[in-house]
Amino acid sequence: MTILNSLVAIALIYVVLLFLIAFVAERLAVRGRGRWLRSPLVYTLSLSVYCTAWTFYGAVGYAARSGLEFLTIYLGPTLVLAGWWWGLRKLVRIGRSQRITSIADLISSRFGKSNALAVIVTLMAVIGTTPYIALQLQSVTLAVSVFTGGIMAGADPRGAPDAQSVAAMVALGLALFTILFGTRNLDANERHHGVVIAIAVEAVVKLAALIAVGVFVVWELSGGIGPTLARIEASPISEWNVSPGRWMGLTFVAAAAFICLPRMFQVMVVENADERHLAVAGWAFPLYMLAMSLFVVPITVVGLDLLPAGANPDLFVLTLPLSQGRDGLAFFAFIGGFSAATSMVIVAAIALSTMVSNHIVMPIWLRFQGEGASVSGDVRHMVLLARRISIAGVVFLGYLYFRLSGGGSALAAIGLISFVGVSQFLPALIGGLFWHGATRAGAIAGLLVGFFLWVYTLLLPSLASDAQFVAGLLDQGPLGQGWLDPQALFGISGLDPLVHALVWALTLNALVFVLVSLVTTPDPIERLQGAQFVRVFDRSANAPGWSRSAAESEDLLIMAQRIIGPQEAQRLFQAESARQGLQGYLPDTTPEFINRLERELSGSVGAATAHAMIAQIVGRASVSVEDLMAVADESAQMKEHSTQLEAKSEELARTARQLRRANDKLTELSRQKDAFLSQISHELRTPMTSIRAFSEILRDGDGDPGQTGKFAGVIHDESQRLTRLLDDLLDLSVLENGQVTLNLRDGRLGQVLDHAQGAATAMGDDLRVRRERAREDVALHTDLDRLSQVFINLIANARKYCAAPRPELRIDVHTEGDAVVIDFIDNGAGIPADKQNVIFEKFARVGSDQAAGGAGLGLAICREIMTRLGGSVSYLPGQEGAAFRVILPLRAQMAAQ
Amino acid sequence: MGKRVLLIEDEPNIIEAITYILSRDGWDVLSHSNGEDAVEAVAAHAPDIVILDVMLPGRSGYDILGDLRRGEATAELPIMMLTARGQARDREIADELGATRFMSKPFSNAAVLDAIRDMAIEA
Repeated sequence: MTILNSLVAIALIYVVLLFLIAFVAERLAVRGRGRWLRSPLVYTLSLSVYCTAWTFYGAVGYAARSGLEFLTIYLGPTLVLAGWWWGLRKLVRIGRSQRITSIADLISSRFGKSNALAVIVTLMAVIGTTPYIALQLQSVTLAVSVFTGGIMAGADPRGAPDAQSVAAMVALGLALFTILFGTRNLDANERHHGVVIAIAVEAVVKLAALIAVGVFVVWELSGGIGPTLARIEASPISEWNVSPGRWMGLTFVAAAAFICLPRMFQVMVVENADERHLAVAGWAFPLYMLAMSLFVVPITVVGLDLLPAGANPDLFVLTLPLSQGRDGLAFFAFIGGFSAATSMVIVAAIALSTMVSNHIVMPIWLRFQGEGASVSGDVRHMVLLARRISIAGVVFLGYLYFRLSGGGSALAAIGLISFVGVSQFLPALIGGLFWHGATRAGAIAGLLVGFFLWVYTLLLPSLASDAQFVAGLLDQGPLGQGWLDPQALFGISGLDPLVHALVWALTLNALVFVLVSLVTTPDPIERLQGAQFVRVFDRSANAPGWSRSAAESEDLLIMAQRIIGPQEAQRLFQAESARQGLQGYLPDTTPEFINRLERELSGSVGAATAHAMIAQIVGRASVSVEDLMAVADESAQMKEHSTQLEAKSEELARTARQLRRANDKLTELSRQKDAFLSQISHELRTPMTSIRAFSEILRDGDGDPGQTGKFAGVIHDESQRLTRLLDDLLDLSVLENGQVTLNLRDGRLGQVLDHAQGAATAMGDDLRVRRERAREDVALHTDLDRLSQVFINLIANARKYCAAPRPELRIDVHTEGDAVVIDFIDNGAGIPADKQNVIFEKFARVGSDQAAGGAGLGLAICREIMTRLGGSVSYLPGQEGAAFRVILPLRAQMAAQ
Repeated sequence: MGKRVLLIEDEPNIIEAITYILSRDGWDVLSHSNGEDAVEAVAAHAPDIVILDVMLPGRSGYDILGDLRRGEATAELPIMMLTARGQARDREIADELGATRFMSKPFSNAAVLDAIRDMAIEA
């Protein structure tokens, strides 16, 4: 146990050391004095997370089992860096310009910021990476068991009781470390200076450890370069026994994984501080990998020679020094492997947790927050919490997988399986970067097809030894359908299982991606994003030798034009140029100008969006998750706002319509008032004229004495006419204003008609009124006087206007439902159709008969009265003469107040 | 110069008053109470002077005035407009249409008489 204790102590000291380095780097970066932390060298070394414990220990084991095949793992990335540096540069440029936080973010962002896509990629990444994390935990426990158990023969590590607790401790420690340094930044910036520098240190340590073991093996055990080469010559490893298909397949998978692995994406794209670093990494990282692989073959060959048969070649790096009693070197090698394992877990956990928290946890949380979610310190805290929980979750998943799978060979194969899994991102990634026509639907379909085939043809068979079901599947195919054999789809057998899976999954993935993309059309956001991704270099390509500020200025102008319109943007920029004394040129991006621009843009798109957009171009502040959420929140608010505005403008339009109507009505009323006054004037002046003329005649005494009485009678009649007119006017005014007080009483219709007939006709009148008294026996509860007034008017009208030789008025009564209907029909000429609708207007006299003496207000008054009584009076066309219909509800409420 | 006056007016009492006033002064007064055939009435009676009310049943006095002024025989006929509306605008319209005199109701008998006499002299 002392060995275990010293191992733990060494590992702890090492971790504390890393911790300190990370801490110091973090502090320096915060104070802005850590430029060297972001050197190309550090960037290159950080790329070494590619070399995990699987490569550190496993390369030797791989070589022992499969010869030089292990070189493909290094060859792939080398080819990518050497032959596809322009593609990587584009990737990095996009990652920086779009503030990409993860590969899931990149793919979802490219395809219209689809969260569904982000979730798919995230889940695939988690599924593909979890076993890989488990593999790292296994390597550490295995290494520990080498020391504690002295298991030179490679006994099952599960036998050692400490293995589980070691793995648990390692997992816990890594989770803590990752949480401490992966989520330190309160601004949730996706860059982690401390972590990157720690990874770089670990890269140096693992390389040094491997080289130290190699040097020890070559010069001490083997006796120099010559004898070693001789041993290699004699070994079967040196024989070229790799099939070209598998060789190419593996190289391709390694290349794809180098781009698509979440942890690689993290260090290569997200943590990249300057895309020029790629140029250095382009030659430096292949060198690093060359150094890593330099001693693999010697160690393998010597290990196979010196160690007893059956010893686990995966552990030669440890067991060779141990077997020679070189415990110190073995410890160093242990630390090297530990470095490789921990760096992978840390970066993978950061990358995955970013995805999980950004694309799964936060959306869910935001949904639960509902509409009340606002951008505050609370949200910021929530982001970090989500990320911390995600880190713990990811590491715990790895540990769980390690516990459940139990380690062993199934886990050892997971490295390549994982590579093939993440390489399924490749079609969507490459297509998104270079093909305008790629659509979200295509990406989703391709990813799902590729992922399914990967699980079916590679992941499931890898579990065969543990699951009966899978073993059966491999033997007979699903449901006995041999052509669906996961390792020989459509009967294509004889291929290497890995190549088989790769070819099927990736080919169909790409095919489906392209086909679906061709038949679907991208939505506007996809188009926009697609253009930004595919043409990320266009502007700089058009402006060779651009200075940073000029490019920024141009970009700002382009963006400003999109938001506030070309004219306004041009005006703004020209004004600024003039202020800076740079007429004819673009203005410098001074802080004042940027602030002013941001304010201008805020007016159009809101503060958070404007800030985020400017920050993307100026690069001064990064777009963090909070910013994005602020944008989302703000756009939601803006949406709400615009809905409200829409409602408001609708309301305004409605109000305007109402006002217009009211205005029209007022104009019409004003016109009516003028016409009315003019009418009144006429109606008053006419009797006045007679009165004045005759009174002057009488006054001057020059009238014919015989006619004096007649003239006085005219004066009397006309003054009465004036009085009637004034009475009618006042009555109408009262009725129209609704100020009339109704005097409701019980009575019978017959009596009211009797009274009206009596008042309207005079003795010796030649108008004959015909009534049917039996029908008039209707009980009423209304204002009997007012009703009588209506009847008097109607009877008087008939008396005045009915010009028949034997004038006759028929008063017809019947009930209709709850109303009594009284028709007044005379046998005169009736009222012409074109006048029927105006007779109820004020002063609307028909015909020339002034003898009636009315002012033309009678029917207007009748109508007002009937309205007050809850009924109506209307002209009844189609009768023999003039006909009026009065309808009086028997049980209606009176309309008067 | 004859002494024939045609009064086109629909209010019986006013017809009676004006007829009385002018007859006593020696005028030969004829009356017509409808607007529709007023122009024909003028042609038929060939008056020396016309008194024309504006608010007539059937046709506006202004329309009748316009027609008379367009007619060859009546273009120079002395015509006095009479209206109970008596607003400034009415006087303007009457002037524009070529009324010889304008008088609003109610009027003084002396004013009517003077106006008719003046018109006879002017003509």
